[in-house]
Amino acid sequence: MANKRNRRIDKAFRITGLLATCFGVFVLIILLGSILIKGVTRLNFQFLSSLPSRFAAKAGILSALSGTLWIFGLTALFAIPVGIGAAVYLEEYGKKNKLGGFIEINISNLAGVPSIIYGLLGLGIFVHALKFGPVILAGALTLALLILPIIIVSTREALKAVPKTIREAAYGLGATKWQVIRTQVLPASAGGILTGMILALARAIGETAPLIVVGALAYVPFVPKSPFDNFSVLPMQIFNWVSRPQKEFTVNAAAAIIVLLVITFILNGFAVFLRNKWQQKVKW
Amino acid sequence: MTNEKNIAIEAKNVNVYYGTKHVLKDINIAIEKNSVVAFIGPSGCGKSTFIRCFNRMNDFIESFRKEGDIIINNKEIYDRSIQVEELRKEVGMVFQKPNPFPKTIFENVVYGLRIQGENNKKTLRETAEKCLRDAALWDEVKDDLNKSALELSGGQQQRLCIARTLAVKPSIILMDEPASALDPISTSKIEDLITVLKKDYTIVIVTHNMQQAARVSDKTAFFYLGDMVEFEKTQTLFTNPQKELTQNYITGRFG
Repeated sequence: MANKRNRRIDKAFRITGLLATCFGVFVLIILLGSILIKGVTRLNFQFLSSLPSRFAAKAGILSALSGTLWIFGLTALFAIPVGIGAAVYLEEYGKKNKLGGFIEINISNLAGVPSIIYGLLGLGIFVHALKFGPVILAGALTLALLILPIIIVSTREALKAVPKTIREAAYGLGATKWQVIRTQVLPASAGGILTGMILALARAIGETAPLIVVGALAYVPFVPKSPFDNFSVLPMQIFNWVSRPQKEFTVNAAAAIIVLLVITFILNGFAVFLRNKWQQKVKW
Repeated sequence: MTNEKNIAIEAKNVNVYYGTKHVLKDINIAIEKNSVVAFIGPSGCGKSTFIRCFNRMNDFIESFRKEGDIIINNKEIYDRSIQVEELRKEVGMVFQKPNPFPKTIFENVVYGLRIQGENNKKTLRETAEKCLRDAALWDEVKDDLNKSALELSGGQQQRLCIARTLAVKPSIILMDEPASALDPISTSKIEDLITVLKKDYTIVIVTHNMQQAARVSDKTAFFYLGDMVEFEKTQTLFTNPQKELTQNYITGRFG
Protein backbone atom coordinates (compact mmCIF):
# COMPACT_ATOMS: atom_id res chain seq x y z
CA MET A 1 0.00 0.00 0.00
CA ALA A 2 2.68 2.42 1.06
CA ASN A 3 4.56 1.64 -2.09
CA LYS A 4 1.58 2.52 -4.27
CA ARG A 5 1.10 5.77 -2.40
CA ASN A 6 4.77 6.69 -2.78
CA ARG A 7 4.58 6.14 -6.51
CA ARG A 8 1.49 8.34 -6.74
CA ILE A 9 3.29 11.13 -4.91
CA ASP A 10 6.27 10.69 -7.17
CA LYS A 11 4.09 10.99 -10.24
CA ALA A 12 2.20 13.98 -8.85
CA PHE A 13 5.44 15.78 -8.17
CA ARG A 14 6.72 15.11 -11.66
CA ILE A 15 3.57 16.56 -13.21
CA THR A 16 3.64 19.60 -10.94
CA GLY A 17 7.24 20.23 -11.89
CA LEU A 18 6.44 19.87 -15.57
CA LEU A 19 3.56 22.37 -15.28
CA ALA A 20 5.76 24.86 -13.44
CA THR A 21 8.40 24.61 -16.15
CA CYS A 22 5.83 24.97 -18.94
CA PHE A 23 4.36 28.02 -17.24
CA GLY A 24 7.76 29.71 -17.10
CA VAL A 25 8.63 28.91 -20.69
CA PHE A 26 5.14 29.87 -21.90
CA VAL A 27 5.25 33.31 -20.27
CA LEU A 28 8.73 33.92 -21.66
CA ILE A 29 7.65 32.95 -25.19
CA ILE A 30 4.61 35.23 -25.05
CA LEU A 31 6.71 38.08 -23.75
CA LEU A 32 9.46 37.74 -26.33
CA GLY A 33 7.02 36.90 -29.11
CA SER A 34 4.77 39.90 -28.58
CA ILE A 35 7.74 42.25 -28.38
CA LEU A 36 9.33 40.77 -31.49
CA ILE A 37 6.11 40.96 -33.49
CA LYS A 38 5.49 44.50 -32.41
CA GLY A 39 8.99 45.90 -32.71
CA VAL A 40 10.79 44.02 -35.43
CA THR A 41 9.24 46.03 -38.26
CA ARG A 42 10.59 49.23 -36.75
CA LEU A 43 14.15 47.88 -36.50
CA ASN A 44 16.25 49.39 -39.24
CA PHE A 45 19.35 51.47 -39.69
CA GLN A 46 17.39 54.70 -39.46
CA PHE A 47 16.09 53.65 -36.03
CA LEU A 48 19.58 52.89 -34.75
CA SER A 49 21.14 56.04 -36.14
CA SER A 50 18.55 58.71 -35.39
CA LEU A 51 18.24 61.04 -32.47
CA PRO A 52 14.99 61.12 -30.53
CA SER A 53 12.18 63.13 -32.08
CA ARG A 54 8.63 64.06 -31.28
CA PHE A 55 7.59 62.19 -34.41
CA ALA A 56 7.62 58.47 -33.73
CA ALA A 57 8.57 57.55 -37.28
CA LYS A 58 11.63 59.81 -37.24
CA ALA A 59 12.77 58.96 -33.71
CA GLY A 60 15.74 56.70 -33.05
CA ILE A 61 17.88 55.41 -30.26
CA LEU A 62 21.27 56.78 -31.23
CA SER A 63 21.71 58.94 -28.15
CA ALA A 64 20.32 56.31 -25.77
CA LEU A 65 22.43 53.54 -27.32
CA SER A 66 25.60 55.61 -27.16
CA GLY A 67 24.70 56.55 -23.57
CA THR A 68 24.40 52.86 -22.72
CA LEU A 69 27.78 52.15 -24.34
CA TRP A 70 29.41 55.03 -22.46
CA ILE A 71 27.93 53.80 -19.18
CA PHE A 72 28.96 50.22 -19.95
CA GLY A 73 32.56 51.16 -20.68
CA LEU A 74 33.07 53.53 -17.77
CA THR A 75 31.32 51.25 -15.29
CA ALA A 76 33.59 48.40 -16.37
CA LEU A 77 36.62 50.67 -16.11
CA PHE A 78 35.84 51.60 -12.51
CA ALA A 79 34.28 48.42 -11.17
CA ILE A 80 36.58 45.74 -12.60
CA PRO A 81 39.98 46.80 -11.22
CA VAL A 82 38.56 47.80 -7.85
CA GLY A 83 36.41 44.67 -7.60
CA ILE A 84 39.17 42.24 -8.55
CA GLY A 85 41.70 44.06 -6.39
CA ALA A 86 39.42 43.93 -3.37
CA ALA A 87 38.55 40.28 -3.96
CA VAL A 88 42.20 39.24 -4.33
CA TYR A 89 43.10 41.09 -1.17
CA LEU A 90 40.25 39.68 0.88
CA GLU A 91 40.71 36.14 -0.38
CA GLU A 92 44.49 35.86 -0.60
CA TYR A 93 46.00 38.39 1.78
CA GLY A 94 43.33 39.22 4.35
CA LYS A 95 43.31 37.19 7.54
CA LYS A 96 40.38 34.80 7.93
CA ASN A 97 39.39 36.19 11.34
CA LYS A 98 36.20 37.71 12.74
CA LEU A 99 36.71 41.04 11.00
CA GLY A 100 37.21 39.23 7.70
CA GLY A 101 34.01 37.26 8.23
CA PHE A 102 32.15 40.46 9.10
CA ILE A 103 33.38 42.15 5.91
CA GLU A 104 32.46 39.10 3.82
CA ILE A 105 28.89 39.03 5.14
CA ASN A 106 28.48 42.74 4.57
CA ILE A 107 29.70 42.59 0.99
CA SER A 108 27.17 39.83 0.32
CA ASN A 109 24.50 42.03 1.94
CA LEU A 110 25.49 44.99 -0.24
CA ALA A 111 24.92 42.81 -3.30
CA GLY A 112 21.30 42.55 -2.19
CA VAL A 113 20.62 46.25 -1.49
CA PRO A 114 17.88 47.63 -3.81
CA SER A 115 19.40 49.53 -6.69
CA ILE A 116 17.47 52.71 -6.02
CA ILE A 117 19.39 53.08 -2.75
CA TYR A 118 22.60 53.16 -4.79
CA GLY A 119 20.95 55.79 -6.95
CA LEU A 120 20.37 57.97 -3.90
CA LEU A 121 23.96 57.39 -2.79
CA GLY A 122 25.18 58.43 -6.25
CA LEU A 123 22.94 61.49 -6.22
CA GLY A 124 24.29 62.51 -2.82
CA ILE A 125 27.96 61.88 -3.48
CA PHE A 126 28.69 62.25 -7.20
CA VAL A 127 25.98 64.64 -8.37
CA HIS A 128 25.82 66.98 -5.38
CA ALA A 129 28.82 66.62 -3.04
CA LEU A 130 31.39 66.25 -5.85
CA LYS A 131 29.34 68.56 -8.09
CA PHE A 132 29.56 66.37 -11.21
CA GLY A 133 25.93 67.10 -12.02
CA PRO A 134 23.69 64.53 -13.74
CA VAL A 135 26.36 63.40 -16.20
CA ILE A 136 27.66 60.10 -17.56
CA LEU A 137 30.49 59.99 -15.03
CA ALA A 138 28.06 60.20 -12.10
CA GLY A 139 25.87 57.47 -13.57
CA ALA A 140 28.81 55.17 -14.31
CA LEU A 141 30.30 55.59 -10.84
CA THR A 142 26.91 54.87 -9.29
CA LEU A 143 26.48 51.69 -11.32
CA ALA A 144 30.09 50.72 -10.55
CA LEU A 145 29.23 50.88 -6.85
CA LEU A 146 26.11 48.84 -7.54
CA ILE A 147 27.93 45.98 -9.24
CA LEU A 148 31.09 46.11 -7.13
CA PRO A 149 29.77 43.67 -4.50
CA ILE A 150 28.65 41.27 -7.23
CA ILE A 151 32.10 41.34 -8.83
CA ILE A 152 33.85 40.91 -5.48
CA VAL A 153 31.67 37.95 -4.48
CA SER A 154 31.97 36.15 -7.82
CA THR A 155 35.72 36.79 -8.05
CA ARG A 156 36.24 35.42 -4.54
CA GLU A 157 34.30 32.30 -5.46
CA ALA A 158 36.48 31.83 -8.54
CA LEU A 159 39.66 32.30 -6.48
CA LYS A 160 38.44 29.86 -3.85
CA ALA A 161 37.92 27.22 -6.52
CA VAL A 162 41.64 27.15 -7.37
CA PRO A 163 42.92 24.04 -5.59
CA LYS A 164 45.40 24.30 -2.75
CA THR A 165 47.68 21.77 -4.45
CA ILE A 166 48.47 24.20 -7.27
CA ARG A 167 49.34 26.98 -4.84
CA GLU A 168 51.52 24.63 -2.81
CA ALA A 169 53.34 23.48 -5.93
CA ALA A 170 54.20 27.07 -6.84
CA TYR A 171 55.20 28.05 -3.30
CA GLY A 172 57.30 24.89 -3.13
CA LEU A 173 59.35 26.14 -6.10
CA GLY A 174 60.16 29.39 -4.36
CA ALA A 175 57.41 31.63 -5.72
CA THR A 176 56.39 34.68 -3.73
CA LYS A 177 52.75 35.23 -2.87
CA TRP A 178 52.25 37.69 -5.70
CA GLN A 179 53.94 35.34 -8.17
CA VAL A 180 51.63 32.53 -7.10
CA ILE A 181 48.62 34.80 -7.57
CA ARG A 182 49.76 36.22 -10.90
CA THR A 183 51.11 33.09 -12.55
CA GLN A 184 48.78 30.41 -11.15
CA VAL A 185 45.73 31.61 -9.24
CA LEU A 186 44.54 34.38 -11.58
CA PRO A 187 45.02 32.41 -14.83
CA ALA A 188 43.29 29.39 -13.34
CA SER A 189 40.35 31.46 -12.12
CA ALA A 190 40.15 33.80 -15.12
CA GLY A 191 37.12 32.01 -16.57
CA GLY A 192 35.11 32.38 -13.37
CA ILE A 193 36.22 35.97 -12.86
CA LEU A 194 35.33 36.98 -16.43
CA THR A 195 31.96 35.27 -16.21
CA GLY A 196 31.12 37.13 -13.02
CA MET A 197 32.25 40.42 -14.51
CA ILE A 198 30.17 40.06 -17.63
CA LEU A 199 27.05 39.05 -15.74
CA ALA A 200 27.51 42.03 -13.41
CA LEU A 201 27.93 44.40 -16.37
CA ALA A 202 24.89 42.90 -18.10
CA ARG A 203 22.95 43.76 -15.00
CA ALA A 204 24.36 47.29 -14.97
CA ILE A 205 23.18 48.15 -18.47
CA GLY A 206 19.65 47.01 -17.68
CA GLU A 207 19.39 49.20 -14.59
CA THR A 208 17.01 52.15 -14.73
CA ALA A 209 16.06 53.19 -11.21
CA PRO A 210 19.47 54.40 -9.99
CA LEU A 211 20.01 56.37 -13.20
CA ILE A 212 16.63 58.08 -12.89
CA VAL A 213 17.64 59.17 -9.42
CA VAL A 214 21.07 60.33 -10.56
CA GLY A 215 19.33 62.37 -13.24
CA ALA A 216 19.65 60.63 -16.57
CA LEU A 217 17.45 62.43 -19.09
CA ALA A 218 14.60 60.96 -21.05
CA TYR A 219 15.17 63.23 -24.02
CA VAL A 220 18.73 63.76 -25.21
CA PRO A 221 18.90 65.26 -28.69
CA PHE A 222 22.66 64.80 -29.07
CA VAL A 223 25.31 62.08 -28.87
CA PRO A 224 27.35 62.38 -25.65
CA LYS A 225 30.97 63.24 -26.43
CA SER A 226 32.56 63.14 -22.98
CA PRO A 227 31.93 61.66 -19.52
CA PHE A 228 30.76 65.12 -18.44
CA ASP A 229 27.83 65.25 -20.87
CA ASN A 230 24.23 64.67 -19.97
CA PHE A 231 22.97 61.33 -21.08
CA SER A 232 20.16 58.88 -21.53
CA VAL A 233 20.32 55.08 -21.64
CA LEU A 234 18.21 52.47 -23.43
CA PRO A 235 15.99 51.57 -20.46
CA MET A 236 15.27 55.29 -19.90
CA GLN A 237 14.39 55.75 -23.55
CA ILE A 238 12.11 52.73 -23.43
CA PHE A 239 10.43 54.01 -20.29
CA ASN A 240 9.94 57.39 -21.88
CA TRP A 241 8.37 55.96 -25.04
CA VAL A 242 5.94 53.59 -23.34
CA SER A 243 4.67 56.40 -21.13
CA ARG A 244 3.67 58.53 -24.13
CA PRO A 245 0.04 58.61 -25.18
CA GLN A 246 0.67 58.12 -28.92
CA LYS A 247 0.48 54.48 -29.93
CA GLU A 248 3.29 54.66 -32.49
CA PHE A 249 5.81 55.24 -29.72
CA THR A 250 5.08 51.85 -28.13
CA VAL A 251 6.33 50.30 -31.37
CA ASN A 252 9.54 52.28 -30.94
CA ALA A 253 9.73 51.04 -27.35
CA ALA A 254 9.35 47.43 -28.48
CA ALA A 255 12.12 47.88 -31.04
CA ALA A 256 14.40 49.44 -28.41
CA ILE A 257 13.64 46.54 -26.06
CA ILE A 258 14.80 44.16 -28.79
CA VAL A 259 18.08 46.05 -29.06
CA LEU A 260 18.59 45.99 -25.29
CA LEU A 261 17.74 42.27 -25.14
CA VAL A 262 20.15 41.47 -27.94
CA ILE A 263 22.95 43.27 -26.12
CA THR A 264 22.16 41.44 -22.87
CA PHE A 265 21.89 38.08 -24.62
CA ILE A 266 25.19 38.60 -26.36
CA LEU A 267 26.86 39.43 -23.06
CA ASN A 268 25.31 36.46 -21.27
CA GLY A 269 26.12 34.16 -24.16
CA PHE A 270 29.71 35.36 -24.07
CA ALA A 271 29.81 34.63 -20.34
CA VAL A 272 28.55 31.08 -20.87
CA PHE A 273 31.05 30.59 -23.70
CA LEU A 274 33.95 31.71 -21.52
CA ARG A 275 32.84 29.52 -18.64
CA ASN A 276 32.63 26.42 -20.83
CA LYS A 277 35.91 27.16 -22.52
CA TRP A 278 37.79 27.53 -19.24
CA GLN A 279 36.11 24.55 -17.65
CA GLN A 280 37.33 22.39 -20.50
CA LYS A 281 40.82 23.76 -20.36
CA VAL A 282 41.37 23.48 -16.62
CA LYS A 283 40.80 20.02 -15.25
CA TRP A 284 42.32 19.11 -11.94
CA MET B 1 74.42 27.87 14.26
CA THR B 2 76.17 25.35 12.12
CA ASN B 3 75.63 21.88 10.79
CA GLU B 4 78.29 19.28 11.11
CA LYS B 5 80.06 18.78 7.82
CA ASN B 6 78.07 15.88 6.45
CA ILE B 7 74.70 16.82 7.94
CA ALA B 8 72.02 18.33 5.66
CA ILE B 9 69.18 18.85 8.13
CA GLU B 10 69.37 18.98 11.86
CA ALA B 11 66.43 19.31 14.24
CA LYS B 12 67.06 20.16 17.88
CA ASN B 13 64.32 19.82 20.47
CA VAL B 14 61.61 20.63 17.95
CA ASN B 15 58.10 20.98 19.31
CA VAL B 16 55.17 21.86 17.09
CA TYR B 17 51.71 22.97 18.13
CA TYR B 18 48.51 23.57 16.17
CA GLY B 19 46.79 25.94 18.57
CA THR B 20 46.93 24.03 21.84
CA LYS B 21 47.39 20.66 20.16
CA HIS B 22 50.91 19.33 20.64
CA VAL B 23 51.67 17.51 17.39
CA LEU B 24 55.45 17.05 17.52
CA LYS B 25 57.20 16.41 20.79
CA ASP B 26 60.84 17.19 21.37
CA ILE B 27 62.21 15.80 18.12
CA ASN B 28 65.97 15.52 17.63
CA ILE B 29 67.30 14.23 14.35
CA ALA B 30 70.30 14.68 12.08
CA ILE B 31 69.88 13.79 8.41
CA GLU B 32 73.08 13.07 6.52
CA LYS B 33 73.84 14.56 3.13
CA ASN B 34 73.23 12.38 0.07
CA SER B 35 71.19 9.89 2.03
CA VAL B 36 67.56 8.85 1.82
CA VAL B 37 65.67 9.06 5.08
CA ALA B 38 62.16 7.65 5.39
CA PHE B 39 59.57 8.80 7.90
CA ILE B 40 57.03 6.12 8.73
CA GLY B 41 54.19 5.91 11.20
CA PRO B 42 50.42 5.72 11.39
CA SER B 43 48.20 8.55 10.15
CA GLY B 44 48.25 11.58 12.40
CA CYS B 45 51.65 10.76 13.92
CA GLY B 46 53.16 14.07 12.80
CA LYS B 47 55.49 12.83 10.05
CA SER B 48 53.94 15.04 7.36
CA THR B 49 53.90 18.01 9.71
CA PHE B 50 57.57 17.45 10.40
CA ILE B 51 58.65 17.18 6.77
CA ARG B 52 56.69 20.35 6.00
CA CYS B 53 58.73 22.19 8.64
CA PHE B 54 61.85 21.76 6.52
CA ASN B 55 60.58 24.05 3.73
CA ARG B 56 58.18 26.00 5.94
CA MET B 57 55.06 24.85 4.14
CA ASN B 58 53.35 25.07 7.54
CA ASP B 59 53.59 28.86 7.40
CA PHE B 60 50.16 28.92 5.78
CA ILE B 61 48.50 27.35 8.81
CA GLU B 62 47.66 30.20 11.12
CA SER B 63 47.57 28.15 14.32
CA PHE B 64 51.01 26.64 13.61
CA ARG B 65 53.70 27.29 16.22
CA LYS B 66 57.19 25.81 16.43
CA GLU B 67 59.77 25.68 19.22
CA GLY B 68 63.35 24.47 18.93
CA ASP B 69 65.75 24.76 16.02
CA ILE B 70 65.80 23.34 12.52
CA ILE B 71 69.17 23.95 10.96
CA ILE B 72 69.85 23.77 7.23
CA ASN B 73 72.98 25.25 5.65
CA ASN B 74 74.14 26.49 9.04
CA LYS B 75 71.05 28.57 9.64
CA GLU B 76 67.95 28.22 11.73
CA ILE B 77 65.37 28.27 8.96
CA TYR B 78 62.67 30.02 10.96
CA ASP B 79 65.05 32.87 11.76
CA ARG B 80 63.94 36.35 10.73
CA SER B 81 66.92 36.72 8.42
CA ILE B 82 65.76 33.77 6.29
CA GLN B 83 63.92 34.52 3.08
CA VAL B 84 61.41 31.73 2.83
CA GLU B 85 61.42 31.77 -1.01
CA GLU B 86 65.18 31.16 -1.01
CA LEU B 87 64.75 28.34 1.49
CA ARG B 88 62.19 26.66 -0.75
CA LYS B 89 64.54 26.81 -3.72
CA GLU B 90 67.15 25.03 -1.61
CA VAL B 91 64.65 22.54 -0.16
CA GLY B 92 62.35 21.26 -2.91
CA MET B 93 59.15 19.35 -2.36
CA VAL B 94 57.19 16.66 -4.18
CA PHE B 95 53.62 16.29 -2.99
CA GLN B 96 51.31 13.40 -2.32
CA LYS B 97 49.04 13.95 -5.27
CA PRO B 98 50.76 14.81 -8.55
CA ASN B 99 50.06 18.52 -8.95
CA PRO B 100 51.31 19.73 -12.33
CA PHE B 101 50.31 23.24 -13.33
CA PRO B 102 47.63 23.44 -16.03
CA LYS B 103 50.31 24.43 -18.53
CA THR B 104 52.49 22.63 -21.05
CA ILE B 105 55.04 20.04 -19.95
CA PHE B 106 57.82 22.45 -20.86
CA GLU B 107 56.35 25.34 -18.92
CA ASN B 108 55.91 23.11 -15.88
CA VAL B 109 59.59 22.24 -15.79
CA VAL B 110 60.85 25.77 -16.28
CA TYR B 111 58.33 27.45 -13.98
CA GLY B 112 60.86 27.78 -11.15
CA LEU B 113 63.31 29.48 -13.50
CA ARG B 114 60.72 31.77 -15.05
CA ILE B 115 59.71 33.17 -11.69
CA GLN B 116 63.36 33.92 -11.01
CA GLY B 117 63.36 36.00 -14.19
CA GLU B 118 65.18 33.53 -16.44
CA ASN B 119 63.86 34.00 -19.98
CA ASN B 120 66.79 32.89 -22.12
CA LYS B 121 65.28 30.30 -24.44
CA LYS B 122 68.44 28.25 -24.72
CA THR B 123 68.93 28.04 -20.96
CA LEU B 124 65.31 27.11 -20.43
CA ARG B 125 65.39 24.42 -23.09
CA GLU B 126 68.62 22.92 -21.80
CA THR B 127 67.38 22.90 -18.23
CA ALA B 128 64.10 21.32 -19.26
CA GLU B 129 65.88 18.53 -21.13
CA LYS B 130 68.37 17.88 -18.36
CA CYS B 131 65.74 17.81 -15.60
CA LEU B 132 63.37 15.62 -17.60
CA ARG B 133 66.27 13.23 -18.25
CA ASP B 134 67.21 13.22 -14.59
CA ALA B 135 63.59 12.48 -13.71
CA ALA B 136 63.54 9.58 -16.19
CA LEU B 137 60.75 11.18 -18.20
CA TRP B 138 62.57 12.62 -21.21
CA ASP B 139 62.16 9.64 -23.53
CA GLU B 140 58.43 9.53 -22.94
CA VAL B 141 57.71 13.21 -23.50
CA LYS B 142 60.48 14.61 -25.69
CA ASP B 143 58.16 14.96 -28.69
CA ASP B 144 55.26 16.36 -26.66
CA LEU B 145 56.85 19.15 -24.67
CA ASN B 146 54.13 21.56 -25.73
CA LYS B 147 51.30 19.26 -24.75
CA SER B 148 49.36 19.98 -21.59
CA ALA B 149 50.89 18.32 -18.55
CA LEU B 150 47.39 17.30 -17.52
CA GLU B 151 47.30 14.79 -20.39
CA LEU B 152 50.10 12.73 -18.83
CA SER B 153 49.38 9.66 -16.70
CA GLY B 154 49.55 9.98 -12.93
CA GLY B 155 52.99 8.40 -12.73
CA GLN B 156 54.33 10.63 -15.51
CA GLN B 157 52.82 13.67 -13.80
CA GLN B 158 54.61 12.79 -10.59
CA ARG B 159 57.94 12.42 -12.40
CA LEU B 160 57.23 15.76 -14.09
CA CYS B 161 56.75 17.26 -10.62
CA ILE B 162 60.13 15.82 -9.64
CA ALA B 163 61.72 17.29 -12.79
CA ARG B 164 60.15 20.64 -11.96
CA THR B 165 61.65 20.46 -8.49
CA LEU B 166 65.11 19.57 -9.83
CA ALA B 167 65.04 22.61 -12.14
CA VAL B 168 65.46 25.06 -9.26
CA LYS B 169 68.61 23.17 -8.16
CA PRO B 170 67.76 22.23 -4.60
CA SER B 171 70.16 20.32 -2.39
CA ILE B 172 67.38 18.65 -0.43
CA ILE B 173 64.18 17.09 -1.81
CA LEU B 174 61.22 16.40 0.45
CA MET B 175 58.73 13.81 -0.74
CA ASP B 176 55.40 13.60 1.02
CA GLU B 177 54.03 10.16 0.15
CA PRO B 178 55.03 10.63 -3.48
CA ALA B 179 53.73 7.27 -4.67
CA SER B 180 50.58 6.85 -2.63
CA ALA B 181 48.34 7.86 -5.53
CA LEU B 182 50.17 5.74 -8.12
CA ASP B 183 49.95 2.21 -9.47
CA PRO B 184 52.71 -0.35 -8.67
CA ILE B 185 54.62 0.14 -11.93
CA SER B 186 54.69 3.92 -11.60
CA THR B 187 55.63 3.48 -7.96
CA SER B 188 58.64 1.34 -8.78
CA LYS B 189 59.77 3.94 -11.34
CA ILE B 190 59.64 6.62 -8.67
CA GLU B 191 61.54 4.38 -6.27
CA ASP B 192 64.25 3.68 -8.85
CA LEU B 193 64.49 7.39 -9.41
CA ILE B 194 64.95 8.06 -5.70
CA THR B 195 67.92 5.72 -5.50
CA VAL B 196 69.52 7.46 -8.49
CA LEU B 197 68.82 10.98 -7.24
CA LYS B 198 70.42 10.33 -3.88
CA LYS B 199 73.86 10.68 -5.51
CA ASP B 200 73.21 14.40 -5.90
CA TYR B 201 70.51 15.18 -3.39
CA THR B 202 69.50 14.56 0.18
CA ILE B 203 66.04 13.00 0.17
CA VAL B 204 63.50 12.85 2.96
CA ILE B 205 60.47 10.74 2.15
CA VAL B 206 57.26 10.26 4.09
CA THR B 207 55.58 6.99 3.32
CA HIS B 208 52.77 4.80 4.54
CA ASN B 209 54.26 1.86 2.73
CA MET B 210 56.81 0.08 4.91
CA GLN B 211 58.16 -2.05 2.06
CA GLN B 212 58.81 1.17 0.21
CA ALA B 213 60.71 2.61 3.15
CA ALA B 214 62.71 -0.60 3.36
CA ARG B 215 63.48 -0.53 -0.37
CA VAL B 216 64.57 3.05 -0.84
CA SER B 217 65.91 4.48 2.40
CA ASP B 218 69.22 4.36 4.20
CA LYS B 219 67.73 5.35 7.51
CA THR B 220 64.19 5.25 8.82
CA ALA B 221 62.47 7.21 11.55
CA PHE B 222 59.34 5.83 13.16
CA PHE B 223 56.84 8.37 14.48
CA TYR B 224 53.98 7.70 16.82
CA LEU B 225 51.56 10.27 18.26
CA GLY B 226 54.03 13.12 17.84
CA ASP B 227 57.03 11.30 19.24
CA MET B 228 59.94 10.07 17.19
CA VAL B 229 60.11 6.60 18.66
CA GLU B 230 63.14 5.31 16.83
CA PHE B 231 65.62 6.51 14.21
CA GLU B 232 67.95 3.87 12.91
CA LYS B 233 69.60 2.39 9.86
CA THR B 234 66.71 1.06 7.80
CA GLN B 235 67.91 -2.49 7.88
CA THR B 236 68.36 -2.45 11.64
CA LEU B 237 64.99 -0.83 12.23
CA PHE B 238 63.13 -3.39 10.19
CA THR B 239 65.02 -6.47 11.32
CA ASN B 240 65.94 -5.65 14.87
CA PRO B 241 63.90 -2.77 16.27
CA GLN B 242 64.90 -1.60 19.73
CA LYS B 243 61.47 -0.46 20.87
CA GLU B 244 58.43 -2.64 21.31
CA LEU B 245 56.22 0.02 19.70
CA THR B 246 58.29 -0.08 16.53
CA GLN B 247 58.22 -3.86 16.55
CA ASN B 248 54.43 -3.85 16.84
CA TYR B 249 54.01 -1.33 14.04
CA ILE B 250 56.30 -2.96 11.50
CA THR B 251 54.79 -6.35 12.13
CA GLY B 252 51.38 -4.88 11.44
CA ARG B 253 49.86 -5.21 14.91
CA PHE B 254 48.49 -1.68 14.68
CA GLY B 255 48.52 1.23 12.29
